[in-house]
Formats: sequence, C-alpha cells, structure tokens
Amino acid sequence: MVEASLAITITLNGEPYALDGDASVAALVEKLKMRPTRIAVEVNREVIPKAKYAETILHPGDSVEIINFVGGG
Amino acid sequence: MRSAPPAQSKVNMQDTQLQLGGRAFSSRLIVGTGKYKDFAETRAALDASGAEIVTVAVRRVNITDRTKENLLDFLDPKRHVVLPNTAGCFTAEEAIRTCRLAREAGGGDMVKLEVIGDPKTLFPDVAATIEGAKVLVKEGFKVLPYITDDPVACLRLAEIGCIAVMPLAAPIGSGLGIRNPHNIAIIVEQAKVPVIVDAGVGTASDAAEAMELGCDGVLMNTAIAGAKDPIAMARAMRLGIEAGRLAFLAGRIERRLYANASSPMTGLIG
Repeated sequence: MVEASLAITITLNGEPYALDGDASVAALVEKLKMRPTRIAVEVNREVIPKAKYAETILHPGDSVEIINFVGGG
Repeated sequence: MRSAPPAQSKVNMQDTQLQLGGRAFSSRLIVGTGKYKDFAETRAALDASGAEIVTVAVRRVNITDRTKENLLDFLDPKRHVVLPNTAGCFTAEEAIRTCRLAREAGGGDMVKLEVIGDPKTLFPDVAATIEGAKVLVKEGFKVLPYITDDPVACLRLAEIGCIAVMPLAAPIGSGLGIRNPHNIAIIVEQAKVPVIVDAGVGTASDAAEAMELGCDGVLMNTAIAGAKDPIAMARAMRLGIEAGRLAFLAGRIERRLYANASSPMTGLIG
C-alpha cells in the first residue's frame, strides 16, 4: 500500500496550512517543533488528549487550534 | 528586676496560609504574569512577591516564529502553581472552551473564570459567569470566578460549587483601589469559601486594606507589572498583604469621633 502523499490544506490557528505525508496530529506537532507538554490541541472544537495525537488524522478543511500559556492576569 | 514572663501574642504571626482547592499556600498574594518587560523581569517580580499561584492566559501558539521563549520556562514547577484565566472571553461558551484547553495544556484543575460583559470597563457578565461556572464545576474544574463586588452574585457562585469568589476592587488595571469596601466586607461576612480581591488595586495600602477587611487573598497584575519598578512593588505588595492580614487577625480599634488620650490624665504636675 502506498502512503498517501497528497497535500491537504487545513486551517491552523485561523490561517490556511498545508500538510503533506503523515496527517496525524502527532506529525503536525512534531513538524512545528512543539513540546506536547506545553500545548493543547483542538480539532474542530474538540480537545484532543495527548495520548490520541498519533491516531488522530486530520482531513482537508479541518480547523485546528494549538494553544499555549502566555503572560496574563 | 523583671519577674513576669514576656507577654505573648495570641495571634499566629506566621499565619500566611491560604487554603484553596484542598491545598495550602504559604502566600496570600496571587500574581499575574502579563505586561512585564520580559520573562526575566516577570520571574524577578514573582520571586520578590513570594506568590505561589500565578495566573496565565491561554492563547494561540506562534506558528511562524518558534524561537520565542516560553513563559513556563521562567516558572519554578516546584514552587509555582499555574492558574489559567479566561481573559478575553465574552461568552460562557468561549470561557468553557478555554478552560478545557488549559487543562489539556497542563494547567491543572484550577481556573480563573472571567467572562467579560463590556470591553470598556471589563466588568464581568454576572449571568454568563454563573452559567459558565455551573458547567465547569460539573466537569470537575476548581473554579475561581472574577466577579463584580456584588454580595448576591458571590453567594450564588459559592452555592454552585466555586472554590473561591474573586470580587473586583475596581476595574481591571485601573489602580483605583477598593471602591466599595462595605460590599467587600459583606461578601467576607457571608462567605463560605475564600474571598480573593481580584483587580483594581493600585498600591500596597490597597492590598493591605483588602486583607484588613478579612479577605483571604488578593490577585493582581498591573499594580506590580505597571509600577516604575515592578520588582520593588512586588515586595511592597507582599509586605502589604502580610501587614493587612496580621492587622485583621490582631483586631483593629473602633473608629471614634473624638480623641482618647494615650497618656494618663492623672498625676499631672501641678
């Protein structure tokens, strides 16, 4: 079986973002060089637990939010 | 020659413990991490304040610039407990969503619920705050709601299971101090949960006043971060909180209209 290598476009933090190859949340987080312990990921308004990053596959048009903590009061 | 033992206070001079969400904190000062020049200044002010609970905001990560430093690298995981806020949320739904993300990002169960009703005053939307708190409490969050200095709203929030109530002293960032000390006193008198004054303090005497009124703690950000010297102000706030707490425990004198001489009126020379 051939791995799907077609690029897909998702919306990442409000902007279009192209993904190719592995479209899992785990791959996206790794590609962005983010430490999973410091972030939270939401796909189509649903929070994805860290344990499910590998099995959660993104599809064209998915809306992904990745957040972290910043200074605030 | 003295024979009597030295007099001792019945007040526990070390009483700085704040019981919150099943934990004891040695500081009654909760500080925000916004508006500092850089993270090094944030950390220095945190250290000077002695605060253990620090608020943070939940925001999108910067996708394009991954070189930016992370606030968490400047906190001490052994000492600091992160209290994520829902600042910027105008609906209960947005605030709930933010809390769920915060918990997944490692923020724990405690959240500062803030549902703003008006962008100019940043006063809370009381109805939406109560609505959001109900859902969050059901989901297992330990909710600390920012709320108007309204004794009834505070009662309702405690009834639905919030672990503390956080009435404002004055508008966020205004530095106006405690605008309605009488309402704060009523809230304290009625409270079955800790009362933490959140927002509006400007200087150390404001923090002391909140504690003198019997509040359990004070949460502030701008008063420290916006001071000309934030690190010195952080220490001033720490001392103000401790002084106010001790004065509350010591029990102040009644206010009276006329003088009451401190020196004996008998034995005056003739």
